[in-house]
Amino acid sequence: MSRDNHQNDPRFKIANREALIGVGLVLINFGWWYGFAYGLGSGPVEDYTYVFGFPAWFFYSCILGFIVMAVLVLIVVKGFFTYVSFEDNEPDNESEGGQE
Amino acid sequence: MNWAVVIPLMTFFFIIFGAGFWSLRFVKKSNQFLHEYFLGSRELGGFVLAMTMIATYGSASSFIGGPGAAYTQGLGWVLLAMAQVATGYFVLMVLGKKFAIYARKYDAVTLIDFLRKRYGNSRTVVFISAASIIIFLFSAMVAQWVGGARLIESLTGLEYTTALFIFAVTVLIYVIIGGFRAVALTDMIQGIVMVFGTLIILIGTIVAGGGISAIITDLATENPNLISPFGHDGSLTPAYVSSFWILVGVGVLALPQVAVRAMSYKNARSMHRALIVGTCVVGFIMLGMHLIGVFARAVMPGIEVPDTVMPLITMEVLPPWLAGMVLAAPLAAIMSTVDSLLLIVSSAVVKDIYLNYIQPDAEEKQVRRMSFLVTSILGVAIFAAALSPPDLLIWMNLFAFGGLQSAFIWPIVMGLYWQGANKYGAVTAMVTGIITYACIHNFYPHMFGVHTVVFPVIFSFMTFVLASWLGKDKVMRSLKSA
Repeated sequence: MSRDNHQNDPRFKIANREALIGVGLVLINFGWWYGFAYGLGSGPVEDYTYVFGFPAWFFYSCILGFIVMAVLVLIVVKGFFTYVSFEDNEPDNESEGGQE
Repeated sequence: MNWAVVIPLMTFFFIIFGAGFWSLRFVKKSNQFLHEYFLGSRELGGFVLAMTMIATYGSASSFIGGPGAAYTQGLGWVLLAMAQVATGYFVLMVLGKKFAIYARKYDAVTLIDFLRKRYGNSRTVVFISAASIIIFLFSAMVAQWVGGARLIESLTGLEYTTALFIFAVTVLIYVIIGGFRAVALTDMIQGIVMVFGTLIILIGTIVAGGGISAIITDLATENPNLISPFGHDGSLTPAYVSSFWILVGVGVLALPQVAVRAMSYKNARSMHRALIVGTCVVGFIMLGMHLIGVFARAVMPGIEVPDTVMPLITMEVLPPWLAGMVLAAPLAAIMSTVDSLLLIVSSAVVKDIYLNYIQPDAEEKQVRRMSFLVTSILGVAIFAAALSPPDLLIWMNLFAFGGLQSAFIWPIVMGLYWQGANKYGAVTAMVTGIITYACIHNFYPHMFGVHTVVFPVIFSFMTFVLASWLGKDKVMRSLKSA
């Protein structure tokens, strides 16, 4: 197989980094979701506190957690994702380049 | 018949038809039929891409089964459903640029194309992948069609067979004539309907329940567990709920109908935009839909069949004309899932089997005719199966998505990111994944309290690495002698 292709393509460095960012985001997402849900929600229901009518565990884990992730994705994509061309014949499209 | 509900629904059907006919122009004009029909000529922009991924993935289960389960289980089920926020960004970030670059390098139109070229033209890889796609997705489609027909039945009062017929004909016409572009476009329309539908029903339900605080108090009075993360009877354990992160979160990238969309984007900019739009929309729909299910319990207690919660609550809290419009949302979700599945199965037959092994030098015209024919035959076969689904299909559908994930996740991910991955690893991993999934599913579900999908994915990973490593010398030898 085209082993050399695999290593030489500079676009793959970018692609690998972005995939790792994806994995990182999932870990953050999971931690936030799990921590608030079971950290605040495990006690007896009578002791719950409420935010906007929702039990606090639910508000922080599911609603705020979703908003936080959406903002993180926005920051990551705008700040760290790089434009690359997908075509083989124009490997580096510098004029379109730079960060999104 | 309830015309106030039916007329908006019919309007929705006509718009969908329109998108199909509009796409037909592209299919007719294209001189690269396969690229256009099965991939929309890789021209999807960011917004369409995001919507088509969500609409394809958000199926009958997110709009009918999910809210129903939330009705029974309470907020714990919403917590579980929120694992899906991850799909919004994870799938596109991980498959991301690398998959798109490879797809173009290999000139791949289907997921199997990618696997075939990545794993040295292995016939075994193609055979196992095509077989599992055809079998699993066929049974998944039958279940979706039954769901779609039942929904039309309950909305219009038509008979089941008539409802199924209307549903089938609509889906078939726009898929057969328009191909992937029609599917993506209708998905976009359906995605928009899903977002607004969710918003309107959610607001209607909150108003009908007298505000969020009142609803939550009602629920807590009925059963305090409903507002805890553990489900109505405490059965949703943290381990079980967390294991859904694999099934509905990260594992989704291995579903062929989702993965193929990562081959179809126009450029990196569309992909970036899709990431942002996708995350927001998928999170909003999943949160909204499942909350509606929970809140419905306070507004309409005592619904016996959980699957009917969604249509019933909509008719209850909204005026009929508005109900007709937003009930197009669950219908849209079902339609947009089956249309993609139909195209994936048809591409597996035409592109991966017929063109690879039966008629490799088929002419353009022949391929065109073959694609229309296969899609039509599949449609008729599914229609027949959905009239009275055989037990075997129901049984297979139960593990269709988990089975596909167990089969494909490592061949795709390792194929992209591990140099050492080879066909021995891929074949072993697919076989291990499917067999262990079937065994655990049947004999020992919820092993160690987690969802069935977890262990097959782990076993599949271990065998992939081991078999790739054992087969390494053979691959090197064949490379040298070639």
